[in-house]
Amino acid sequence: MASIATTPDVVQARPVGLPKVKIGRLAAHLALLALVVLWTFPTVGLLISSVRDKDQLALSGWWTALSHSTLMSASRPGSADKAVQAGDHWEIKGNLFGNPNGQTIETYGATNATIGKTPAGQPLNMSDGGTITVQPNGDFAWDFPQQPTFSGAPRIYYVTGSPPRFTLENYIAVLTSTGVAQSFINSITVAIPSTVIPIMIAAFAAYALAWMQFPFRGFIVALVVGLLVVPLQMSLIPLLRIYNVVANNINGLAGQNIVESKSYLGVWLAHTAFGLPLAIYLLRNYMAGLPREIMESARIDGASHFKTFTTMVLPLSFPALASFAIFQFLWIWNDLLVALVFLGAQDNRQVLTARLVNLLGQYGNNWEVLTAAAFISIVVPLIVFFSLQRYFVRGLLAGSVK
Amino acid sequence: MALLVVVWVINAYLVDLFSDRLVSTSLHQILNAVFAVCMALAVCFLYFWGSNWLLDKFLATDHSMTVDTVTRRDATRSNIRPWLFILPALLFLVIYLVYPVIETVRLSLFDKYGQTFVGAENYAWALGDGGFWQAALNNLGWLIIVPLFSTALGLIIATLADRLWWGNIAKSLVFMPMAISFVGASVIWKFVYAYKGPGIAQIGVLNGIVTAMGLPPQAWITIPILNSILLMIILIWIQTGFAMVILSAALRGVPEETLEAARIDGANGFRIFFDIMIPQIWGTIIVVWTTITITVLKVFDIVFAMTNGEFQTQVLANYMYRWMFISGDYGKGSTIAVIIMLVVIPIMVWNIRRANAEQGTR
Repeated sequence: MASIATTPDVVQARPVGLPKVKIGRLAAHLALLALVVLWTFPTVGLLISSVRDKDQLALSGWWTALSHSTLMSASRPGSADKAVQAGDHWEIKGNLFGNPNGQTIETYGATNATIGKTPAGQPLNMSDGGTITVQPNGDFAWDFPQQPTFSGAPRIYYVTGSPPRFTLENYIAVLTSTGVAQSFINSITVAIPSTVIPIMIAAFAAYALAWMQFPFRGFIVALVVGLLVVPLQMSLIPLLRIYNVVANNINGLAGQNIVESKSYLGVWLAHTAFGLPLAIYLLRNYMAGLPREIMESARIDGASHFKTFTTMVLPLSFPALASFAIFQFLWIWNDLLVALVFLGAQDNRQVLTARLVNLLGQYGNNWEVLTAAAFISIVVPLIVFFSLQRYFVRGLLAGSVK
Repeated sequence: MALLVVVWVINAYLVDLFSDRLVSTSLHQILNAVFAVCMALAVCFLYFWGSNWLLDKFLATDHSMTVDTVTRRDATRSNIRPWLFILPALLFLVIYLVYPVIETVRLSLFDKYGQTFVGAENYAWALGDGGFWQAALNNLGWLIIVPLFSTALGLIIATLADRLWWGNIAKSLVFMPMAISFVGASVIWKFVYAYKGPGIAQIGVLNGIVTAMGLPPQAWITIPILNSILLMIILIWIQTGFAMVILSAALRGVPEETLEAARIDGANGFRIFFDIMIPQIWGTIIVVWTTITITVLKVFDIVFAMTNGEFQTQVLANYMYRWMFISGDYGKGSTIAVIIMLVVIPIMVWNIRRANAEQGTR
């Protein structure tokens, strides 16, 4: 047998189509492995980079994160007048870093091209005369047989190495100085009410559409299905105009600015409305699938629709409610457009996605900022996703195949 | 109700005991959100419970009434109750979705400020506008490439994963990008495409591979046509997991007898896959395809975050945002929105007919 069933609804393991020869199995393993690697490497790269030392991150690819990283630099040991007499010869002494700072020099040279030629500790003949010896900690001694007379101050090029370093500094820096922490709070502020409010409204409507008889029921179901695919772009301008009018009228009546047209309330209501078609559709499909006998026995016992709904249908629909809640939460947390339009772009109002776009513009090449900020923004959905994947998948299946 | 009071008290008095201003303002903000949730739940409860209670009270029936009255009142109650259940949802849908659609169509026939009627002028502008055509053509590319590759790759991964013991882990990992925001995905992939000048160690994977092969590194995002494809890859990366999950479920639904019969007839694996399994799940493939098509039409975040339409990567949704919120032109913005809507309408009609057909069989 070819496969092992791991989901409870598939009881019997069965081979799928392709020939059952060994070579075919191996190819399947390799092909799938290649695809999985292709799918995961971008995220893995981001995660690894976000915990690397920021200098190492800027200078080498994350796939080299575990290897020793090197850095090329140059400094000037000094000019001829720095030479002092020591016995029968002259010398310039000092440290290439100024002071030893923990970095280790591996190789050095007098030009950029010969930077890798001389290992630290070995002497090097200088074109300006004399012999220089650079120690791994940066100390150098430049010996001259007689007083040197060269002009200018030549450079010494050197390669320093540092062991791989992993740190949470990037996260601390991003949370304390770029407003990401504030945005995190803003995202939570937007997401909680926008996830909870539509559930109750949708559940009542879904019950009515599934189990009650009334005129236009078919039409309303069709409307909901139609609205599922209406691009958000169609709603933005008219809603913004409504919000402006409402805010202006309230402020006009009050005689002062007490409400803004762009507010959290506005975003909550907008997300609630935009989530409703999917919520009603999912819940109605689910409730319609509940056994008719349950409803009928409840009716015979004299329970009203209200009672049947609150005491039986609502608890039974928990899986569908959970599916929708996960969908809605992920969609709101990941949304950029609605937040941008209805909350505005002020610094203290930005949600995580908007902040990330801002940082992309501001810190385009500071990958230590971008990788850490991006990971902070995706960590919540990833936790939700991996812990509640079953409900998520169930919702997806109900939402698009039924 | 009690919860409401508790949250309010904490918010009003206790939070300020924190000396750190950032902590206390953050707490205020979150507690305000929690308060809003409690408030909304309370309002919902009051409305649904209250309206039902009122209905039952004012149209109550008892034994002292005539049979006629009882029947009439019962009928009235069951006529009104569904509307009580559905009213809040209907209000939201009409105000936030139905009315705006009509209003957007109206605005597309008006000028920049939505005041003077200009007829089809905005549409004529769109047809003659180079930027619009570029966005439309790019969108066409997105519409062909993204659903095609997402569906095909999803199908391949579903088929492979369902016959290997670690298939479920593989599916989880491929599915994961579905949870990541388009903006987050954009940052992830911008890092893959990152460019540093020649001679410097590359930190982007793509340029890392290219330089390892001895070729010069490229600033990928700035190369027209190729850059659009690189942006599409981001969406394919996200949507393949969706296609995979749906198609995997459909593949499991193919009856074992059909496959067995084909195997007895001597069909090989590829014949079974293309001649039997694909036709069996064809309906699902169409559903996946159209769902991804809708997502593609609305794609805004990826282009907005990666290039903001520079380097010839513009798409309609982003072009619309630019006209509407950067140029403040209601007419032209609405026109582009309506054009996006026109492409969606056939899918919408098809969806509605499918849903109606299902109800017939229920």
